[in-house]
Amino acid sequence: MRKLDVKEVTAAVRQLCIDANVYLGDDVVKRLKQSLEREESPTGREVLKKILENVDIAKEDQAPLCQDTGYAVFFVELGQDVHFTGGDFSEALNEGVRQGYKDGYLRKSVVSDPIERKNTGDNTPAIVSIDLVPGDRVKIIMAPKGGGSENMSEVKMMAPAAGVEGVKDFVIDKVRRSGANPCPPVVVGVGIGGTFDKCAQIAKKALLREIGSRHPNPFYADLEAELLEKVNKLGIGPQGFGGRTTALAVHVEVHPCHIASFPVAVNMQCHVSRHKEIIL
Amino acid sequence: MSEPKRITTPLTDETVKDLRIGDSVLITGTIYTARDSAHKRLVEALDRGERLPVDFNGQIIYYAGPAPAKPGRPIGSIGPTTSYRMDPYAPKLIANGLKGMIGKGNRNEEVIAAQKKYTAVYFGAIGGAAALGAQSVKKAEIVAYEDLGPEAIRKLEVEDFPAVVVNDAHGGDLYKEGMATYQRS
Ligand code: SF4
Repeated sequence: MRKLDVKEVTAAVRQLCIDANVYLGDDVVKRLKQSLEREESPTGREVLKKILENVDIAKEDQAPLCQDTGYAVFFVELGQDVHFTGGDFSEALNEGVRQGYKDGYLRKSVVSDPIERKNTGDNTPAIVSIDLVPGDRVKIIMAPKGGGSENMSEVKMMAPAAGVEGVKDFVIDKVRRSGANPCPPVVVGVGIGGTFDKCAQIAKKALLREIGSRHPNPFYADLEAELLEKVNKLGIGPQGFGGRTTALAVHVEVHPCHIASFPVAVNMQCHVSRHKEIIL
Repeated sequence: MSEPKRITTPLTDETVKDLRIGDSVLITGTIYTARDSAHKRLVEALDRGERLPVDFNGQIIYYAGPAPAKPGRPIGSIGPTTSYRMDPYAPKLIANGLKGMIGKGNRNEEVIAAQKKYTAVYFGAIGGAAALGAQSVKKAEIVAYEDLGPEAIRKLEVEDFPAVVVNDAHGGDLYKEGMATYQRS
């Protein structure tokens, strides 16, 4: 059993919130640069250049890449031999969010009640999913999720007969209908299988995968490549102004499902594809 | 991309009519930020026959809610939010003299029709390039609905604010045209 003071969680989460919002991952930057080389539309190229310029300015100014610093979403892999001391884990994590969003001059974008819509003022509560794993370490992944792209996401309970063709049609139609709303170029997270809720969760987890990585199963790796090619033939382009770079990547995650079910989820992510992680 | 057109606010009908989809513009002058909640309040005030807290005649509204300003800076990161959420309110503001909107994403038929009827323009700014976006904002002050926090109405003084004409006053739509141009089968 390893003891871990929750104060360490607070400090780590505070820094994750700031870093995730200020620094874009190297994998995203690399793909943006590749896209700039390939983009046919002059306006599209201008947009991609400005997006890359923004990455540098954010770093230099220690300012958030996007004003929408998102809902604070966390994935925690908790080693079963960890014993937290000094207080409540969940409270400590939320305190980290509170401090990070304040000290990092990040926007507070959470309302306490979906109907009444009053801002909580500190971007809490966070959304946290915890997986219990072997070991005595804690991995915390922070992924701020912007509203513009989240709003273009969807879960569909399809008939099993729809098959892989049904998945393709759904994903491509979803990207087409989203147009400029999710700030393209986008990363498309696709969840196939599981239950209604599991499917949405794996679609979100798909967004955390490194851009340029392929699904370990060749069938799904090919599906990812085919979907990316088709999405980039839609012509939406950077910011929807027309062009060949509509998506930077399509990531698919799958899960076993019920004999009667075929859930498919699409979680859209903008080019500000943010996530940072730490292991305590 | 064509050379950017420099425009200053307030916008005249002549300036607006001269803008065509795909034009890059650099905007200088005063613009106002307003999002969902502010729009709801503005239109409710109009419905009650009240005067608005800001005179939008000839002005541009930027659909944006900035990040907090760091000490010594006029504003934090700022970029456009998705415009369709303002569609239920925009035609009424356009009918009352609003000449421009800056945001991202499709507008509905009613907004496009109001733009044609009253000569107004819709610009797209680059969503997500908000640290860059802050650089063209020289001054910012809250002028109404302070209680709304990031959604309060702010008066911004901008210099060479970059945007692209998405829906012009002639019914043109860059999102449709752009997609048609680069679509491949
Ligand atoms: S969709 Fe992403 S880039 Fe666009 S405004 Fe939201 S967080 Fe920013």
